[in-house]
Amino acid sequence: MRASRNKDKEEKLEAPAKLKAWWLVLAATTAVVAVGLGLTLGPASLGVREVLLEVLDRLPFVDYDSGLSEREQAIVWEIRLPRVVLGLLVGSMLATAGASYQGVFRNPLADPYLLGVAAGAGFGATVAIVSDLGDGIGTFDAVPMLAFGGALVAVSLTYLVGFSARRSDPVTSLVLAGVAVASFFTAIQTFVQQRDSETIRQVYFFVLGQLRTAGWDEVILVSPYVGGCLFILLLLRRRLDVLAVGDEEAGSLGIDVRLVRLVSVLAASLGTAAVVAVSGLIGFVGIIVPHTIRLIFGFSYRIILPLTILFGGAFLVGADLVARLVLEPAEIPIGVVTAFMGAPFFVLVLRTSRKL
Amino acid sequence: MEAISCRSLRVNFGSTEVLRGIDLEVPKGGWTTVVGPNGSGKTTLLRSIAGIQASQGVIQIDGHSLGAFNRREVAKQIAIVPQQPVIPDGMRIIDYVLLGRTSHLGFFGIEKKSDIEIAQSALEELDVNFSESRTMGTLSGGERQRVVVARALTQGSPILLLDEPTTSLDIGHQQEMLEVVDELRSRLGLTVLATMHDLTLAGQYAESLILIEQGQVVASGSAQEVLTEDLITHHYRASIKVIEDDSGPIVTPVRRKNSNSLE
Repeated sequence: MRASRNKDKEEKLEAPAKLKAWWLVLAATTAVVAVGLGLTLGPASLGVREVLLEVLDRLPFVDYDSGLSEREQAIVWEIRLPRVVLGLLVGSMLATAGASYQGVFRNPLADPYLLGVAAGAGFGATVAIVSDLGDGIGTFDAVPMLAFGGALVAVSLTYLVGFSARRSDPVTSLVLAGVAVASFFTAIQTFVQQRDSETIRQVYFFVLGQLRTAGWDEVILVSPYVGGCLFILLLLRRRLDVLAVGDEEAGSLGIDVRLVRLVSVLAASLGTAAVVAVSGLIGFVGIIVPHTIRLIFGFSYRIILPLTILFGGAFLVGADLVARLVLEPAEIPIGVVTAFMGAPFFVLVLRTSRKL
Repeated sequence: MEAISCRSLRVNFGSTEVLRGIDLEVPKGGWTTVVGPNGSGKTTLLRSIAGIQASQGVIQIDGHSLGAFNRREVAKQIAIVPQQPVIPDGMRIIDYVLLGRTSHLGFFGIEKKSDIEIAQSALEELDVNFSESRTMGTLSGGERQRVVVARALTQGSPILLLDEPTTSLDIGHQQEMLEVVDELRSRLGLTVLATMHDLTLAGQYAESLILIEQGQVVASGSAQEVLTEDLITHHYRASIKVIEDDSGPIVTPVRRKNSNSLE
């Protein structure tokens, strides 16, 4: 009887978690559509067809006359496209960092700012703004530089404190150290800011996040970090799956847990620090995007990571579009848009997180 | 050659001595079961041998010091079924079982067809019904236990450590589980080191038993030598009777009313 039952099962046996090609196509299409909308919609109304032709025209071996004036061409190439590309980079980095943190810390509500990146960057940016060192625009402006530096200092501090704790559970001590470091940096940041209340508005905008660009500078600044960090996290995707059974069992299955955790946390934090430096503290992307993908497509990081890169980018470009268009010509900070969508989603995740 | 050999193995949790100089030999291809009352150090002993618990003393696997292996090499030698495994509820069963192949995969961690077949046949051996795309969270306690054993088998390691593998199974599934392990052991030449609470079952499947109490070996040998009324009554502080049967000693509790026979 057992033999026949087994035979019956054989036909129903499943393949392991695998990224289906059409999911990737769907994600890539979503990203392309988001980019298309980002390029065509805005205060200056440009036709979809014209923008499309303009983009095609720039491809090698293709020659079209888009009919756009030089000023309109500049809007596409120097204003909209850099901003859309920055949105893609920031969105995919934040979403992927969030997904990786959730795996490493086995906590569905872990986000990219868990280890103090946001507080450190906020502190660095505030110091730069208050000291009148820069206005937040340009490649080597003091605001992104100090924000990047502050973020790295905060994460390193979290790591040092977390590992010196010598508790039996290194994951918990790291998270607790992150809480302590973040509160500490937020306290200094608030103190510095209070002493110079004229700059509160500028600091406020940094904290809420924005995709402000000056040509291609920001894109050039962050793309090496984003590219490198995403690549490393992608390589670790199956190891992140193994971490789901806990440190000890992952170790008994042959994984060097400390090394995997160190490399993935460093890559996620470095990438996050880089994008936060240019875009401010855009919240919730790192939670909404990976969880939606988990709920729809599956639990395995082999599915989640490639899809978060594409959907994360598309999501932020879409959110930026909303931020630009709702109160046109004024802009809502993009962090407000993502939080507005994120907060209800957070509740949903909490209600379903038993599955996660 | 011994598959596992320990010499004066010691483990301290703070100032508490959990293992106090254990000497142990597990012959290759044999089944050895460690028995002993709660808190005697059975689980700590298994965890030390699996290399996930820091210890002092000598542990040799196949004649090589455990410390000379890296994590991956240990995993290729030893698979462990923990007493309380971490169950990721959202993970599909086949993906969970495939985690057992981790130490065999290359840098990119891609399973080959052969890896998938190994995982599927392990699930079949343990008769787990997973006809739909079920996730770990939907399994009953008994099914879960069998899936965890399937993962350990999938690891393909010559040494299998089982920490109370039958705890949440009914008596039929207990026997089935132990039969499957025993059959695989003789077919694949596995070495099994288990801990168990059910002394009768322990005696029926193990070739040799080791009784430990307070981190020390207090008796070892065949089931007939270890499962005696004197030894069990004394070390478990239990009131029991041993009945001789063809399949080995049957240890059964007895209630003695109004007597102070417990000591």
